[in-house]
Amino acid sequence: MDKYNLTHLDELESESIFVIREVAAQFERPAILFSGGKDSIVMTHLAKKAFWPARIPFPLLHIDTGHNFQETIDFRDDLVKELGVKLIVGSVQESIDNGRVTEEKGYNASRNLLQTVTLLDAIERNKFDCCMGGGRRDEEKARAKERFFSHRDEFGQWDPKNQRPELWNIFNGRKHMGEHFRVFPISNWTEMDVWQYILKESVPMPSIYYTHQREVFNRDGTWLAAAPFMKLKPNEHTEIREVRCRTIGDISCTGLSLSTANTLEEIIAEIAATRVTERGSRADDLRSEAAMEDRKKEGYF
Amino acid sequence: MTEFSSKGYLDMELLRFTTAGSVDDGKSTLIGRLLYDSKSIFEDQLEAVKRASIQRGNEYINLALITDGLRAEREQGITIDVAYRYFATPRRKFIIADTPGHVQYTRNMVTGASTANAAIILIDARNGVTEQTCRHSYIASLLQIPHIVVCINKMDLVEYKEEVFLSIRKTFDEFARLLELRDYSFVPISALFGDNVVEQSKKMDWYSGGTLLEVLEHVPINHDYNLQDARFPVQYVIRPISDEFHDYRGYAGRVDGGIFKPGDKVVVLPEMHKTSVKSIDACERQLDSAFPPMSVTLQLEDDIDVSRGDMIVKENNLPQISQDLVVMMCWMNPRPMQLNGKYALKHTTRDVRCIIKEVHHKVDVNTLTKIEGDLEVKMNDIAKVSIRTTKPLFFDSYSRNRRTGALVLIDEGTNETVGVGMIE
Repeated sequence: MDKYNLTHLDELESESIFVIREVAAQFERPAILFSGGKDSIVMTHLAKKAFWPARIPFPLLHIDTGHNFQETIDFRDDLVKELGVKLIVGSVQESIDNGRVTEEKGYNASRNLLQTVTLLDAIERNKFDCCMGGGRRDEEKARAKERFFSHRDEFGQWDPKNQRPELWNIFNGRKHMGEHFRVFPISNWTEMDVWQYILKESVPMPSIYYTHQREVFNRDGTWLAAAPFMKLKPNEHTEIREVRCRTIGDISCTGLSLSTANTLEEIIAEIAATRVTERGSRADDLRSEAAMEDRKKEGYF
Repeated sequence: MTEFSSKGYLDMELLRFTTAGSVDDGKSTLIGRLLYDSKSIFEDQLEAVKRASIQRGNEYINLALITDGLRAEREQGITIDVAYRYFATPRRKFIIADTPGHVQYTRNMVTGASTANAAIILIDARNGVTEQTCRHSYIASLLQIPHIVVCINKMDLVEYKEEVFLSIRKTFDEFARLLELRDYSFVPISALFGDNVVEQSKKMDWYSGGTLLEVLEHVPINHDYNLQDARFPVQYVIRPISDEFHDYRGYAGRVDGGIFKPGDKVVVLPEMHKTSVKSIDACERQLDSAFPPMSVTLQLEDDIDVSRGDMIVKENNLPQISQDLVVMMCWMNPRPMQLNGKYALKHTTRDVRCIIKEVHHKVDVNTLTKIEGDLEVKMNDIAKVSIRTTKPLFFDSYSRNRRTGALVLIDEGTNETVGVGMIE
């Protein structure tokens, strides 16, 4: 490699840090949307690097469905303590209790969709004018059209056909009262980039990304974790298997892979050989062709 | 994917390219083919495309469907907005800015072109060089995309004949001279059947050049940035509130040009304060140099007042400093540009306001001629205009530096990005 040439991971890191600093410069009350998944962890790591030796100048916002893996919550609390940042939790359970949303019924009931209302409420209550998300364009076809700086109207809606042009590294974060932005600093990263970066930087990850024994059941070819709120169909039964998470979301819609990968190197080798996308196991995306597009328009992550 | 190794992955380069073609030139099919043949399509994505192809009654798997993102695009079989795609070979990682080819969407091509190292321009072998080819090449040259790959597609429909390829190449050569295109090459392909996309074609023995993927893997990208003129727009000031770093004051930003080293004598614009670089910090590491497009934090020797929008440069190499600029403007909004109108202007990390003083001429992008009669600048128009800013900008010509030579205009009422400019 040439002396004054960056590797692609260095270039991606530099781009993301630029975007995160731009958020700090252009907005008054930004927040990091933190799910406890690898993408939001990497984004938080990049934010730490962007402002070193100062602290990250914004809080983490976690939308808690109440159906989380405990390991994720523990990891989140440790990270917040280490970084010395504020944590704000928006609770879906609270939205249900307050009658803001109605819980879905049936076997495939998930709180995933309900999160949108809780998220928009949390944005309004805390007067956030910008939320940074770990969304990546390679994840899903509607995300491929997303800008780094994505404008949301006063209803929190995304209008994909009327997005602001985004050129060079000039980002337009101007908005009217009541509107906000979603910013995606790692837009240009792929799943493989994220894992390679985690390896290169030794970024700590929640234990459930590595192989562990768990009580699981199989539904329509997808392995799901057993939990008190997961209703089994008559033909389904739970068993103990060696699994790991490829993505981390709400328990009700996070498919687990049967895997013995115990190190980052093994995870990377596994991903390199995989022939299914990471969202291929996400029940929330399999609902219809345009499931993600529809949720995003309404204000989803 | 089979030759995968983590070590190799850490040495890969990044190439950003954009694709331009008219509606039926087979652009989506080409991208689908690149992704498919480089094994970047996953089984669930392929299954979805197979299902959709059968549903539409296509005879074969319609690879174009891979790139359709939004519901309206699938329904109407068109591309509405810039979409970004990713794939990698052991040598490089690629980011494709996939832009629509319709006339009314010129603004999207300009958008995709703004960050590209290379452009693929598609030509239908049956039609040869058309007005659209002209428009796409002009935009590529206007946005100063360093490398252009002309793909002559649908060779299967002209029986893979060398004469067709040679004749199109000759026409394009003549026209490239007009545009002063420097680095361009030609590849005859059939995106539909995969000839010369990733796999070498067996039907075009007369072609001895590389496949499209080989060309993309070897386009030189190490000189795409300006390494001569040191430019560091200050993005954010870092002042920790802690005992350990009580006196720390760092200027965060991205290097837009040149090479900075500790000890360099620098000048901070606009105040023209002279000082030198104390250290270049990247989190806990201190670096011995910083160059484009690195994001770093500079500490300076002297305690001077520096804020966002200032620019750190070297004493013997100042940018242009002026409130009066001549700009090639591409208009991006349905509301036409207002002569004598005022707009918010973003340039590097600097925010100012500006007024449109004069429209010199528009460019007919299909014939490359000047339009001097009708000077109303509407959506998708490209025009040479003079503007005056409320405060001086520190800039270089766009042809010298794509970062310090670029600006955007914002409507102060709607907050929309309405115009993008390249400084002459």
